[in-house]
Amino acid sequence: MISFFEFFVLLPFLGFIVSVLLPSKNENLLSRWSFFSIGVHLFSFQVFLIYWLVQGHPTLDLKDLVLYKTDGYEFFIDFYFDAITAVYIFVGSVLTFLVTVYSRYYLHREVGYKRFFNTILFFYIGYNLVVLSGNLETLFIGWEILGISSFLLIAFYRDRYLPVKNAVKVFSIYRIADVGLILAMWAIHHLFHQNITFANMHDVQLVEEHLRTHSWIGVFISLMFLISAAAKSAQLPFSSWLPRAMEGPTPSSAIFYGSLSVHLGVFILLRTYAFWEHQLSVRILIGLVGLTTAIIATGIARVQSSVKSQIAYASVAQIGLIFIEVAAGWWILALIHFAGNAFLRTYQLLVSPSVVSYLIREQFYNFAPRLRSIEDSFPKKLKYTLYILCVKEWNLDSMMYRFLWNPVKWAGQKVDFLTFKRVLFFFIPIYLISLFLIYNRDSEWIPESIEHYLPILFSTIGLICVLKAFTERKHARMSWLLVIMNHFWVALAISFNENFTFNQIHLYLSGIAVAGVLGFLCLRRLVSIEGNIDLDQFHGHSYKHPKIALVFLLACLGAMGFPITPTFIGEDLIFSHIHEDQIFLAFFTALSFIIDGLAIIRIYARVFLGPHSKSVYEMAYRSS
Amino acid sequence: MKANSFSFNEHEVIHELKHYLPAQAPLKDFIHHNTLHAFQKLNFKDGVRSASEILGYRSSLSLSDFRAEYENGAIKPEVLDRVIIEKKGEANLAEWRKKALTHEYENNALPRIGALRANWKKQYRIDLDSLVQPILFRILCSYLDQGISIWNFPIREKTFLASFREMEGNTFTSFFRRKRAKKLLLESTCEIADLLKILVGDESLYERYLFDQQFSHSGWSGMVSTIEDQPYTILDPRKLSMHDLIVFELLLEIDALDFSLGKNWKPLSERLINRPTELFADVPETEMHEVLFMWQRAFEKSYHDQVLAGLIMQKNTKEIIEKKSFQAMFCIDDRECSLRRYLEEFDSNCETFGTPGFFGVEFYYQPEGGKFYTKVCPAPVIPKFLIKGIGADKREKDLYFAKQSHSFYSGWLISQTLGFWSAFLLFLNIFKPSMGPATASSFKHMSKNSQLTIENKNPEDRENDLQIGFAVEEMTNRVEGLLKSIGLVKDFASIVYVVGHGSSSVNNPHYAAYDCGACSGRAGSVNARVISSMANHKVVREKLRERGIDIPESTQFIGGLHDTTRDEIVFFDENSLSKLNLENHNKNEVIFAKSLDYNAKERSRRFVSVQSHLSPSTIHEQIRIRSVSLFEPRPELNHATNALCVVGRRELTKHLFLDRRAFMNSYDYHIDPEGKFLHNILNAVAPVCGGINLEYFFSRVDNQKLGAGTKLPHNVMGLFGVANGIDGDLRPGLPSQMIEVHDPVRLMVIVEHYPDVVLQTIQKKPETYEWFINDWVILTVIHPDTHKLHYFSDGKFTDYEPIIKKIDIALDIKSIVESHLENLPVYALS
Repeated sequence: MISFFEFFVLLPFLGFIVSVLLPSKNENLLSRWSFFSIGVHLFSFQVFLIYWLVQGHPTLDLKDLVLYKTDGYEFFIDFYFDAITAVYIFVGSVLTFLVTVYSRYYLHREVGYKRFFNTILFFYIGYNLVVLSGNLETLFIGWEILGISSFLLIAFYRDRYLPVKNAVKVFSIYRIADVGLILAMWAIHHLFHQNITFANMHDVQLVEEHLRTHSWIGVFISLMFLISAAAKSAQLPFSSWLPRAMEGPTPSSAIFYGSLSVHLGVFILLRTYAFWEHQLSVRILIGLVGLTTAIIATGIARVQSSVKSQIAYASVAQIGLIFIEVAAGWWILALIHFAGNAFLRTYQLLVSPSVVSYLIREQFYNFAPRLRSIEDSFPKKLKYTLYILCVKEWNLDSMMYRFLWNPVKWAGQKVDFLTFKRVLFFFIPIYLISLFLIYNRDSEWIPESIEHYLPILFSTIGLICVLKAFTERKHARMSWLLVIMNHFWVALAISFNENFTFNQIHLYLSGIAVAGVLGFLCLRRLVSIEGNIDLDQFHGHSYKHPKIALVFLLACLGAMGFPITPTFIGEDLIFSHIHEDQIFLAFFTALSFIIDGLAIIRIYARVFLGPHSKSVYEMAYRSS
Repeated sequence: MKANSFSFNEHEVIHELKHYLPAQAPLKDFIHHNTLHAFQKLNFKDGVRSASEILGYRSSLSLSDFRAEYENGAIKPEVLDRVIIEKKGEANLAEWRKKALTHEYENNALPRIGALRANWKKQYRIDLDSLVQPILFRILCSYLDQGISIWNFPIREKTFLASFREMEGNTFTSFFRRKRAKKLLLESTCEIADLLKILVGDESLYERYLFDQQFSHSGWSGMVSTIEDQPYTILDPRKLSMHDLIVFELLLEIDALDFSLGKNWKPLSERLINRPTELFADVPETEMHEVLFMWQRAFEKSYHDQVLAGLIMQKNTKEIIEKKSFQAMFCIDDRECSLRRYLEEFDSNCETFGTPGFFGVEFYYQPEGGKFYTKVCPAPVIPKFLIKGIGADKREKDLYFAKQSHSFYSGWLISQTLGFWSAFLLFLNIFKPSMGPATASSFKHMSKNSQLTIENKNPEDRENDLQIGFAVEEMTNRVEGLLKSIGLVKDFASIVYVVGHGSSSVNNPHYAAYDCGACSGRAGSVNARVISSMANHKVVREKLRERGIDIPESTQFIGGLHDTTRDEIVFFDENSLSKLNLENHNKNEVIFAKSLDYNAKERSRRFVSVQSHLSPSTIHEQIRIRSVSLFEPRPELNHATNALCVVGRRELTKHLFLDRRAFMNSYDYHIDPEGKFLHNILNAVAPVCGGINLEYFFSRVDNQKLGAGTKLPHNVMGLFGVANGIDGDLRPGLPSQMIEVHDPVRLMVIVEHYPDVVLQTIQKKPETYEWFINDWVILTVIHPDTHKLHYFSDGKFTDYEPIIKKIDIALDIKSIVESHLENLPVYALS
C-alpha cells in the first residue's frame, strides 16, 4: 500500500514530461493527454482512498529516497499520508480534472495553449508533492514548483504589462513564504540535530524534550511556519496579492487563486499542528491573524466593484476563519471548510462572466435605487473613513512596497558606486585570495580573531552583490553576474564558518556554475542580436526569441536553487552549517537568497516579458 | 464653467476629446458602430492612416498577413495588378508589384499620442501612470458600479467631484497621500486650467497634455464620456462628467508627484527640450502606407469582384410561383442569409424577405414586473410609444450570484454547504450542459404567453410622456411602410411569418452584441409580434386597401423569433390562426425544422469541435449544447466574415452561394421609382451594417487596441464593462473570439436601381452621404434594365466590368460545406 505513494507523484511528473514533448500545434493531443493523465491520477486515487478507508485509514509514512548523506546530515525524500493529505488530494484532483476538461474547449485557439497545459501539469506535480510530503525538504521542493508555476500562469499573457508586473509582485510575496520555510528548516535542524519528518513531530515526547530547553527556537520555528502560511494563503498583511494574481485565463485563476494554491498555507498549519500545539501564544497569534484577516477582508470584499476581486477577498476572509479553526484545533471542521470554500470559489470564478446578464436581469425586475447596507447606519465620518480604507485595501499593497521593497531599493542605491569594472577588479581578486586562503586553511595564515568575522563579512559582500543586482538599471549581464557571484560569496562565507569537506561546497556551486554560464550565454546571444539590454523597462524579447527565453528561464531556475540541479540540496546543506547562535549570518544568508531570487526573476521579466518594445503597433496599451 | 480669457478653452477641448474617445456604451447596450467614427470626416484611406500615426492603432492587416493571403489565393494576382495599374499606371506595374510582394518596410516611429506626458518619466524617472491609474480606476468603478458591490458608494445624488469633496472633508483618512491635492480639492474651485498650470505650466501644451492623459486609459475615459452623454445606458444613474474625471485625475497626479518627489519638481514644460509634434498635424502618406492600402484594395476587390461577376451572370427572369405556401420576413442580418436559402430550397413555393429586424415599429417595451423601459429599435431613433407586456414567466434564481456568500458568517455557512453542491454543479456543467438561470437567452426577452398592449384606443392613455400602444392610423403607416419597402404589396400567401432574431449564450458579458442591432441589442420578438398584430388588424387592412395594398382576408401574419445561436424558432400567437392556416402552419413547421438543422450544420463548418460530416440533426443537438456550455467562448460567430449588403429583389441573389456574408434587404425598384423607401433603407444600412462591418474590421486588424483582446482573462467591472485583471483599463471593442475568422474588408453595398436615382438618394442626407463619399462603405449599383454594374467613387458612378469572367457552379453545396473550414468563394447554385 505504501509503495503507491510514489505513483501519485510520478504520474503527474510523467504527464508533465510527455506534455512538454507534444507538438504545440496539436491542441487535441495536448488536451487529451492532460485529461488522460489527470484522469488516471484521479481514478487511481479514488481506488486507493477506498482501500485506505477499508484498511481503517492508518497514517502512513515512507522514507523514499536518500539524496545526500554525510555525518549528521541526511537529505531525503519522505512521503506521508493521513486524512489531511487525503482531503487535499481529493479536492485537488477533482478540481484539476474538471478544470482541465473545461479548459480544453475554453482555451481553443489561444496562443499559449500548450504552455497553459504544461503549466497546469507542472503545478499539479508541485501540489501533489506538497500535500504528500513527509518532511519539510520534500515539501519545499513542491513549494518551489508551485511558486514558479504560479508566476508562469499569472504572466500567461506575457506580452502585456500588467500581468507581468503582477506576476513579479506575487512571486516576491511567495519568496517571503519560501524564506520562512528555509529558516524553519534551519532552526529545526539545530533543534533536533537531524532532519526530522512530520511523523516525528507527532512524537510528543521528542518535541517536548527538545523544546523544553530551547523554547525560543520553538516559537521562532512556529512563527516561520505562520509567515509562510500567511503569505501563501493571502492573510494579513499579505492579502493584496490575491486579487492581483487574477491575470491569467479565468480557469487558471479559478483553480489556483480561487481554490488550491491559496489553501496551501492552511495545509502547512495543519501539517505542523503537532509541533506548535502546545505553544499557546502561537495558537493565539494564528487565531488573531485569521480573525483580523477575516474582518478586514470582509470589509474590502464588500466594496469591491469587480467580480473577481470580490470573490478573491471573500475567499481570503473565509481562509481567515479556517486559520481560527486550525488554531482552535478543530482540524476536521477546517478540512470541511477548506473543501467547501475551494469548490465554491472555483465555481464562482468560472461562472463570473455570467454575472452581467444575470444581475442586470435581476435588477431590471427588482431595482431599488441605491440599496442601503448596514454601513449606512454608521456615523458619517466613520463611514467615509471605513469606505476609503476598504477601497484602498487598507493600503496593503502600498505597504508591501513601503516596508519590503523600498528599503531594499534604497540599500541597492547606496551601492550604486559599483560599476561593472569595479566589480570585476575589486571583487574577483579578493575572492581569489580568499579562495586560496581557504584551500590552504591548515597553514593558518589568518589569525583566528579575524577569521571569526570573515563569514559575516563575506555574506555581507554577497548581500551587496544581490542588492546591486536587484537595483541595476543598465546592464542585464552585469546584474546576472552579480546574482551568480552572490552564491559564490555565500559559499565562501560558510566555508570559513565551519570546517567541512569541499564536496559539499562543490555540490552547491555545481548547479550555480552551469546555470550561470548558460544564462550568461543566453544574454550574450540576445545582446548580439538586439543590441544592449537595459533593465529600466520591459523588453518583451520572448515575442521574437521564445527559444532563448526558455533556455534562460531554465538557467534562472538553476541559479535560484530550483530542484533541477544539485544546488538545491546544497542550499539546505549550507544552512545546516550556520550555527544556531548565528542568527545574523542566518538572516543575511536568507535575505540574500530572497533578493537573489527576486533579482533573477526581475532580469527574466524585464528582458523577456512584457510588451515587445520594438513592436509598439502590435502591443496592447500599457494600462490594459 | 466660466469662459477663460486665454487661449485654452476648457469647453472646446473636452468637446474635442469626447469626439475621439471610444463611444461604446455599457455592456447591456452594446451596439456596433464605426470604431474610428472620429475620423469619418476624412476619406477612409486618409482617416485610417491618421488614426494609426496619431493614436497608435494598427489600421490594416500587416504586410506579412496580406502576403500570406496572396499565397493562399484569397488575394488574386490579377486583382492586385489591376489595383496597382489603377493607382500607379501600367508602366510602374512591375516596380510596385515587387514592392508589394517583397519589400520590407520598417515602422519604428512611435505614435504621437503620449509623447508629451512621456516626459515625466524622462525628466524625473517617475512612472505616473502606475501611481495614479490603479486608484483612479478603482474609484471610478466604485462610483459607477451598477450592482456588484455590497456596500456601494456611500454618497448619493451628488456629482462625482462633489461626492469626493464631501467625503474628503469628513474623514480620518484620505485618498490623497499629501496635503496639497486635498487642500486644492477642498478649498479651491479646481479649475482645470489652474491645475494644469501646476502640472504643465505652458498654456499652449494644456490641450495636448489632456489628450495624452485621457488616451493613456481610453477605455475608462470613453465609458465616462458615453455615460455623460447617454445617462440612460446605466440603470442606476450617476452624475459623472469628463470634466470631473479630468479634475480628479489632475489632482491625483499632483498628489503622486508630491508624494514621490516632495518639492523637487517643476511644471513639465520647464524642463521640456523638444516640443512634441502637433497631435492633429497632417500625417504624410509614405510608400509603406501606399503599399498597405493597395493590398487592402486588392483584398477587398478579390472578394467583391467575384460577387459582382456572379450577380450579373444570373439570368434575371422573375420566377413565378403559382401557389405560394408561405412568405417569411427575416432580419437584414447576415446570419439569416443561409436559413433563407434552405427554406427556399426545401420548399420552392415559399418566398423570403429581409428588412431591418425592428420591422419598422419603434417603441419602448416593458414586460410585466419590469422596472424600466427597454428600447427596441435602432439606436438613433427616439420612440414615442410604449408597449407593455401582461403576464410573465417565473424567473429562476441562482444562489451562486447572491452576495451572501461574500460576507462573514453567511459565507462561512454557504461555503460548507452550497460549496459542495457547486462541485456537483460544475461536474454537470462540464459533462452535461443545460440551460440555467445564468444563461442569457433570447426567449427570456418576452414571455411567449404574455399579452401585449399594441393598440391605443385612447390618446390619453400615456405613461411618462409615452403613448401606450399605436393608434390605427399609426399602425397603418407602419405596415404600409414595411410592406412597400420590401416590395411585398400583392400576391400574399396565406401565412406571412415575421421572424425577429436573438441569441442565447452563457458566461458571455458581450451577450448584447449577439442580439439584433436594429433592436438596440435586444431580441426582435416583441417587434415581430407587434407588426404581425398590426397587419392582422381589420381596420388597418381596410385602410391599406385604400392605399393600394390588398391583403386577402384569409392571409394571416404571425410573429416568430429565431435564436441564431441555438438555431431554434418559436412562433407566437399560433392559436389565432384559422383552422386551414393552422394545418398549413404545421406543415411549414416541418420545413422550418429541417432548414434549421441544415443551417446549424452549415454553421458548424467553422467550429473545430463539431464534426461537420455528421447528420444535420446530430449536429444541431451539439450546437444547442454549445449555446449553454460555460466553457464555450464561441457559442456563435455573429457577424464575422460579413462583407456585403444587397438592397434589391431576392431574384438577384437567390442563385448565389454567399456564405453567410451578406446583409440582405429586400427592395423592389418598381414600387419605388423616386427612391423614397430607398432613402430610408440606406439611411439605416450605412450606419447599422456599415457600423457592424467597421467594428469587426478594426477589432480584427488591431485586436489589442481597438478590440477587447482575448476574453479569457476578462473581469467584469461594475456590470458595465470588462477589463483584464483587477487594475486594467476597460476594454471596449470585440474580443478576439468574435473576430478571429473575420476578413477585414469594407462593406460593399449593392443596390438595384437606376444610378441617377441612387445618387440623388444618397446625397439627400449629409450624414449618410459621408459614408459613401468618404469610402467607409463601398457602393455599387446594378442597373435594372441593362443589368450592368456601376461603381461609385469620387462622387460619381463609373461603369464596372468584373475582372473575373466566370464563377464556379457548386453541384452539391452541402458537401462543400462539410469539408471546408475557411471562407468559401462565391458559387452559382445549380
